[in-house]
Amino acid sequence: METMTPTQAAAIKEREPDAAIVAVPVRNYGTAVAAAIVLIIAAAIGYSLLTNPNFQWGVVAGYVFSPVILQGLGRTLLLTVITMVLAVILGTGLAIAPRSKNPVLRMASQAYIWFFRGTPVLVQLIFWYNLSALYQYVVLQVPFGPELFRIDTNSLITPWTAALLGLVLNEAAYMAEIIRAGIGSVDNGQQEAASALGISKSQSMRRIILPQAMRVVIPPTANETINLLKVTSLVSVITLPELLYSAQIIYSRTFETIPLLIVASLWYLAITTVLTIGQNYMERKYGRGNLPTAVKMKRIKRILR
Amino acid sequence: MSAITDRQRPLVEASNIRKSFGHLEVLKGIDMVVEQGTVSCLLGPSGSGKSTFLRCINHLEKVNSGRLLVDGELIGYRQRGNKLYEMKEREVVAQRQKIGMVFQRFNLFPHMTALENVMEAPVLVHKENRAVVEERARRLLDRVGLGNRVNNFPSQLSGGQQQRVAIARALAMEPKLMLFDEPTSALDPELVGEVLDVMKELAETGMTMIVVTHEINFAKEVGDKVVFMDDGYVVETGTPEQVLGNPQEARTKSFLSKVL
Ligand SMILES: Nc1ncnc2c1ncn2[C@@H]1O[C@H](COP(=O)(O)OP(=O)(O)OP(=O)(O)O)[C@@H](O)[C@H]1O
Ligand SMILES: [Mg+2]
Repeated sequence: METMTPTQAAAIKEREPDAAIVAVPVRNYGTAVAAAIVLIIAAAIGYSLLTNPNFQWGVVAGYVFSPVILQGLGRTLLLTVITMVLAVILGTGLAIAPRSKNPVLRMASQAYIWFFRGTPVLVQLIFWYNLSALYQYVVLQVPFGPELFRIDTNSLITPWTAALLGLVLNEAAYMAEIIRAGIGSVDNGQQEAASALGISKSQSMRRIILPQAMRVVIPPTANETINLLKVTSLVSVITLPELLYSAQIIYSRTFETIPLLIVASLWYLAITTVLTIGQNYMERKYGRGNLPTAVKMKRIKRILR
Repeated sequence: MSAITDRQRPLVEASNIRKSFGHLEVLKGIDMVVEQGTVSCLLGPSGSGKSTFLRCINHLEKVNSGRLLVDGELIGYRQRGNKLYEMKEREVVAQRQKIGMVFQRFNLFPHMTALENVMEAPVLVHKENRAVVEERARRLLDRVGLGNRVNNFPSQLSGGQQQRVAIARALAMEPKLMLFDEPTSALDPELVGEVLDVMKELAETGMTMIVVTHEINFAKEVGDKVVFMDDGYVVETGTPEQVLGNPQEARTKSFLSKVL
């Protein structure tokens, strides 16, 4: 829009002396049409959800809180939590290893990440589950020395151990990358200042570097957790009755496939919603500059004390 | 060794220090002696190797050759026979505890309050009693004029205040030697004075200090010795009157004509 010179403005005022100024917003017909289309589609989906009898909402309602489903849900949550905790610990190790001057450690960490990110989790899960086809026994032995421990692979690899091995080893590779980026985001001067004070590398990692890396690490970690929640459904292929497999057990008996898949999906959605709220909270807390976070944490700590 | 010879021994003795980054030789044979209780000011154009030399003194950089003694101890190496063996991290770390360092960019720990910044190293490294350390930390912060800001985070403090916390933090380890790498260059002009005042008071207490600075007036007023470096060499050494008032070398003259 062009600005008016004072004389032009005066001229307009002369012509319409008492005209009240009314602001007319720009009409954007494109977005209005798009919104209308979205509403129509949403209404159609909603209508069919409610009226198509094949969804069998009554069956869905009957199973949402059934003990089998709730047990499956419990296992899904347990798998997610245990996997995430172990993956963070292992991932931190993998992220710190390349910082050492030892080239073997650096390359080992890179090779690990390359391998476990480069192959599908599903393959890894099936592989661990079938480990006995490769090794009949797992043996702990002093190199070229006596045998300390021997166990039958079949009794070692249960659905749970196979599931945790597959999920943790895979997730750790992703967490390593996230934590590595977090450590990289901390200014070099921090390590130097710590060194100059006579603080050792390992102490400064724990007290100075990692706490600052958290700000960068937490948001993608929350995202990974949400992702992992659904990835755990893959362990249904190795007969661990988590949420999805629990639903499958029921529908393989009753043939109510669709309603039970809906039951499982509703639970995944519910947990994801909770995790998303947690993620937003964390991002607001850690995503900003250092000051508000640090000050707020201090205040929270003081209140909790 | 008797107490008298101990006091007479220089705190820092550097002889023929050489340091390269890749093919770039940054220190080309530095000799320097710093007596106990004196303030040495290191001057020189950008890139002349001042920071690198300072960082060699507390082994943040490894020297390629030469002998560097602080308080009679070879820094970073152990001599056995006529061979030098590189020290383990534990030993290097122990040596650094005797040497405080203050950086141009403060490098305070942003996730800790001023008080926690000062307390961190003594508690973590010396495993000192928290209450004892806190008492000392409060006294130190008081001494640098920040007794009322102990619970502030670095981001809540001005640059000058942050640098004073950094000085207190280094002093908390009770060092024998303090290194300052352009402690006021990152500060707004009106904040420079408060930091220099703290350093002046520190010098008056008898602390041995090596200060890389462009503050000629500070060098004149507080310095016992001025060392002018250029291109990896020590070009001229002497009292402030000699080096700043009556420079002998052409490079010193040309540098001073630019900064004065
Ligand atoms: N880590 C490093 N890797 C490679 N080159 C470096 C490194 N640190 C310093 N240098 C180089 O060494 C030379 C001397 O640097 P130094 O920081 O010691 O100079 P300075 O006298 O402190 O300069 P300034 O006044 O700008 O701080 C410069 O050419 C610099 O580029
Ligand atoms: Mg420098």
